[in-house]
Amino acid sequence: MRILRTSNRTLLTTIFVGIFGITSASAGPGGVTGKVTLQGQPSKAKTINMSSEPGCAKLYSTPPTTEDVVVGPGGGLKNVVVYVSAGAPDGAVPPAQPISVTQKGCRFAPHVVIMQANQEVRVINEDATTHNIHPLAALNREWNKAQPPGTPPLEETFAREEFISVKCNIHSWMHSYFVVLKTSHYSVSNENGAFTLENLPPGKYTVTAWHEVYGKQTQEVTISGAETQALNFVFKAN
Amino acid sequence: MRVKISSVAVFLAVAFASAGFGQSVEIGKLEGRASTGKVLYRRYCIGCHGPEGDGNGENAAWIDPKPRDFTAAVFKCRSTPTGTLPTDQDLFDAITRGFVTTNMPPWKPLTNQNRADLVAYVKTFSARWEEEKPGPAIAIPPEPPITIAGILHGRELFQKNDCWKCHGPEGHGDGPSAPTLTDTKDNPIRPHNFATGSRFKCGISNQDLYRIFMTGLDGTPMPSYADTMQPADAWALVHFLRTLQPFHTQEAATWKAWLPGHREEIKAIGPEGGSGASP
Repeated sequence: MRILRTSNRTLLTTIFVGIFGITSASAGPGGVTGKVTLQGQPSKAKTINMSSEPGCAKLYSTPPTTEDVVVGPGGGLKNVVVYVSAGAPDGAVPPAQPISVTQKGCRFAPHVVIMQANQEVRVINEDATTHNIHPLAALNREWNKAQPPGTPPLEETFAREEFISVKCNIHSWMHSYFVVLKTSHYSVSNENGAFTLENLPPGKYTVTAWHEVYGKQTQEVTISGAETQALNFVFKAN
Repeated sequence: MRVKISSVAVFLAVAFASAGFGQSVEIGKLEGRASTGKVLYRRYCIGCHGPEGDGNGENAAWIDPKPRDFTAAVFKCRSTPTGTLPTDQDLFDAITRGFVTTNMPPWKPLTNQNRADLVAYVKTFSARWEEEKPGPAIAIPPEPPITIAGILHGRELFQKNDCWKCHGPEGHGDGPSAPTLTDTKDNPIRPHNFATGSRFKCGISNQDLYRIFMTGLDGTPMPSYADTMQPADAWALVHFLRTLQPFHTQEAATWKAWLPGHREEIKAIGPEGGSGASP
């Protein structure tokens, strides 16, 4: 039943977006695209010692490294959440599609998980070991649930906008962020630091870039038509 | 803020369901008053929990584990699911019982009325109490008899659910993950060592032990197993965990009488998989 309902909604959304796209082709929507870079020398990514969990360690040909600061070619900074923090209406109805995060090889994939307020997040354990999912929320509720191997996904929602640090206490190296946003206009920078925000009708917006180590920056951007504005963020390693 | 404490939790639950939380409901004989609670708090609690209730009292620097921060309204000992507020009765019981192996003593010398007053005052430190209700109590079915088969099954679950990774293969709190554990405020925290006695932070009975791993201890690394553990399995685990305690638990005595003749049949708990009796 649930699957059927979800796919119906997806279909409706697809149709709606299709119509919207045709009617607004001349006057927008526009968008924002750009790159997040890190200036200076970041502290070197640390090698994770997974020897206490051989089942996970053996999945890696070279030992995995920490993911808090990942810098790509040309200083591109990965895992920066770029979102419209003011100017666009809040996403009133959360998407029916859940956001998934998988624990595999004793790591969270993706490392930064973005969801809208009240959108379902599905936490999956593909490892042959127990994990505990422990979002250290302050504005939302802090909870802590064990997920032994082979058990169904956890399905949870968070009501309030918050950048939540998520731990697995059993495996101290496992760390993720659940980023709960009110807006549906968000993007996460890729290996090159690139991001894109689409479907922004003409208007004035505040765009915020958040990184788990380097914090927040904001910039204003005005979209007058169907154009895509360039916007870059530069973070500084101390 | 006013709270009511009943000596019978069932009455409390029924009254909450019919009258709603936070209103002036009549349950049992006790009515907690925050105004009186404040006076008592400033006399007995302020030194550790601090004037603002944030756990930063003048003694806090020398205390491990740290005093509870009431402004976060996150509590270890609850009858309610992880992520939800405890009931008034849970807070009352925690004050009464104290926390074994910590600096929090049992406050039994205070009257029931005074402890109810303290509950009312503790609830003034967080707005969560205005916005949310305590979660529904975790149901605990009747306890089955203690059997060797049940203990062996519990032992298997202790391995399978990776309890030993923190609590250690013999429950001494020395599992491979133990040295890395921190609480929500990043303070180091030790997993329970079952050899220290037959009491737990959240109670002393088998029901209390069942509740501990079904609710989890919020604010600590101890997670809730309520989503994945069946009641029969949970009771088996309780009976096994009791065998890790000193001899004077009934389970430990049963186990220790059985073990000498069957040592060859069981593998050690640990990374290689110490499941139950071999075929």
